[in-house]
Amino acid sequence: MGAGQPRDRERPMTDRTTTDQMTTDPDTRLSHLELNQPDKTFLDSNELIINMGPQHPATHGVLRVILKLDGEKVLGTECVIGYLHRGVEKIAENRTYTMFNPYVDRMDYVAAVSNGLGYCEAVEKLLNIEAPPRAKYIRVILTELNRLASHQLWLGTHALDIGAMTPLFYTFRDREEILKIFEKYCGARLTTHAFRIGGCQYETYEGFERDVTKFLDFVPPKIDEYEELLTTNRIWLERTKGVGVISRADAIALGVTGPVLRASGVKWDLRKAQPYAAYADFDFEIPIGVNGDTYDRYTVRMEEMRQSLRIIRQAVERIPEGPIMAKVAKVMKPPVGEIYHSIEAPKGELGYFIVSDGSTQPYRVRVRPPSFVNLQALEVMVRGALVADVIAVIGTLDIVLGEVDR
Amino acid sequence: MIGKLKGQYGSGIREANSYLGQNYMVVEPSIVSELLQILRDREQFDYCVDVTAVHYPDREKQFEVIWILYSFPRNERIRVKTMVADGESAPSAVSIWATANWLEREVYDMFGIRFDGHPDLKRILLPDGWKGHPLRKDYGIIQQDQEWVQANLGIESGQ
Repeated sequence: MGAGQPRDRERPMTDRTTTDQMTTDPDTRLSHLELNQPDKTFLDSNELIINMGPQHPATHGVLRVILKLDGEKVLGTECVIGYLHRGVEKIAENRTYTMFNPYVDRMDYVAAVSNGLGYCEAVEKLLNIEAPPRAKYIRVILTELNRLASHQLWLGTHALDIGAMTPLFYTFRDREEILKIFEKYCGARLTTHAFRIGGCQYETYEGFERDVTKFLDFVPPKIDEYEELLTTNRIWLERTKGVGVISRADAIALGVTGPVLRASGVKWDLRKAQPYAAYADFDFEIPIGVNGDTYDRYTVRMEEMRQSLRIIRQAVERIPEGPIMAKVAKVMKPPVGEIYHSIEAPKGELGYFIVSDGSTQPYRVRVRPPSFVNLQALEVMVRGALVADVIAVIGTLDIVLGEVDR
Repeated sequence: MIGKLKGQYGSGIREANSYLGQNYMVVEPSIVSELLQILRDREQFDYCVDVTAVHYPDREKQFEVIWILYSFPRNERIRVKTMVADGESAPSAVSIWATANWLEREVYDMFGIRFDGHPDLKRILLPDGWKGHPLRKDYGIIQQDQEWVQANLGIESGQ
């Protein structure tokens, strides 16, 4: 050791604790959840505050997490969000109902079709109209394709975060086929603006059914392929089993929804619980997990992909003929009142609370974003875990910051 | 359920109604806290879907705070609404549903409504030093905290 270098041994222990300045004590915030307290170590004076993000490849966007660490162990986290805040709810108050429709695509931009479905259905309820059956079937087909695309993107990036690079290429390759169908249908691949209030603007293109059926035959072996790479992969198991556990009771108390809730053993899916669009017409299962860990969330989402395919196949086979738009006035003036409508988006319960004052513009639009609420559970899921697990848990929560921040 | 609650609170429940098949209650601020607790414990509304607010500048009590609740066992939703004047605070539901934490912070951030009993009420989407609450009706669509923008972003204006 060189003469100029400080020697740890000679430095008093107390000098190291200079960074303990978290503004909030996580113990008091969620104390009634009976969290497992991490074991104290003899070095527990060595709390270290580390900043992760907002520019970090594993935070899936501009999420900043302040980690309170004891060595590798996470003692607490604090999420700093809002970097992508665009004031979507404020914009809504200054647009007509129709004009606001494309904006919702920009929240959860990897599942734009779902956002549009929720918004259109909410306004339709407020107007007391219903989309024609054919439009509902088209909506189901596109929404389920989008769920699949969203789950594929989740799987690719989540696996990449954990260190498996191959699934990313596989999932993006196959997701491309879905985006091609979107592009052929409405011209856009990502922010599709596929639906209109009252139905759909576009009739399906020539060969739509053929393309979708072809995709339905194409993709199941590919999903098997993803599973082959991961499901029994030892590294994958080590990194996901028992990681980021959230109990059934905690999950409900924290209001998490979607695959995260189902992996904790709650068999609840809005498509079954309060069917919307044409979901009541189709047979499908709700996959659930047992342990509420990252691995269970993985298996739940993998099974959801297969169930989505089942729904799409039934919808394509039974798609009725008929109009695709209900009778809607050019200038929409919903009667004074309020509505809350929610759908099962790929991330969880996506709700729209709309207040109408009888004018052409909504008085208030509140979006209940699944990612925002699910992200709150991060704290509970990573306490006592390792830093590497934080990466896994952020991935498994499947958040999209565009929706968290709105 | 409504009948039972009305018997218990009388005029504390101002209105209990249904619009487009959705149930809602308008209640006095004084009973909100107790009512929410009862709704969870006795009526099994175990999932707090959302906490939000609406600003009505012309009313005497300008803000309406809304809790959207869901019950897994009953597969039912209900909205609880109460009125809060500017500067008044609403009771916090964090001790009833942990999920209310961030949701209430967002309401505070966007409307400036304080929640009594919230463990850590601070802004969530906007920066801590920001002035103003954007979802109030008197806040313009292109309005921003110029001072903050100039001091922190080093630009003249964000527009």
